[in-house]
Amino acid sequence: MIRVTVSTAAIEVAAELAALERDGAVASFTGLVRGDDGVATLELEHYPGATEAALERLAAAASARWSLSAATIVHRVGAMAPGERIVFVGTCAPHRGAALEACAYLIDRLKTDAPFWKRETVNGAARWVEARHGDGEAAARWE
Amino acid sequence: MRLLYFAWVRERVGIGEEEVTPPSSVTTVAELVAWLAAASERHATAFGEPARLRAAVDQAFVPMDASIAGAREVAIFPPVTGG
Repeated sequence: MIRVTVSTAAIEVAAELAALERDGAVASFTGLVRGDDGVATLELEHYPGATEAALERLAAAASARWSLSAATIVHRVGAMAPGERIVFVGTCAPHRGAALEACAYLIDRLKTDAPFWKRETVNGAARWVEARHGDGEAAARWE
Repeated sequence: MRLLYFAWVRERVGIGEEEVTPPSSVTTVAELVAWLAAASERHATAFGEPARLRAAVDQAFVPMDASIAGAREVAIFPPVTGG
């Protein structure tokens, strides 16, 4: 079972985890907005349609590669404050190895393969966040 | 052909999308970007540094040398920063 959600709504982790319990092992990653360097707000822009399709392709690839029982990707868009959840990735498999690896794959690849753009506001000035070199390396280790 | 712009590309051009009809000599994303850079001053600020741009043709990520033949929708944007 694959579930992909891109929405301005808050991410309810407990409900997402409960929905993933379809086999022996559930793994998850939750990303929160960091308040580093005085970031007051973070805005997420996406490419409607293409973003959801990219996430569904990733979830389907992970499901096939690790024989997952379930995979969930939830990504928030719009304006967020530090401490708020921005992304949730969850996997379910018969055993922990597959669930944990597939979860790491999904969050690594999401960062390079899905069209989202972050804009942060610091001291009243907005700036677009630059892509990190390490993100490409993290995604490439799954080739 | 429908063009979509995101993040600072959208801000610099000043619009999120536009319809264009490039000349037949424009066959790749890179050539489209170069052609767009000459369209206006605003376009020049968005498309003047092609190394900072990425693209999708009909909603699939492609390299800049990809063909745009038959494309209905081309999106141009900075490297993605989700997650």
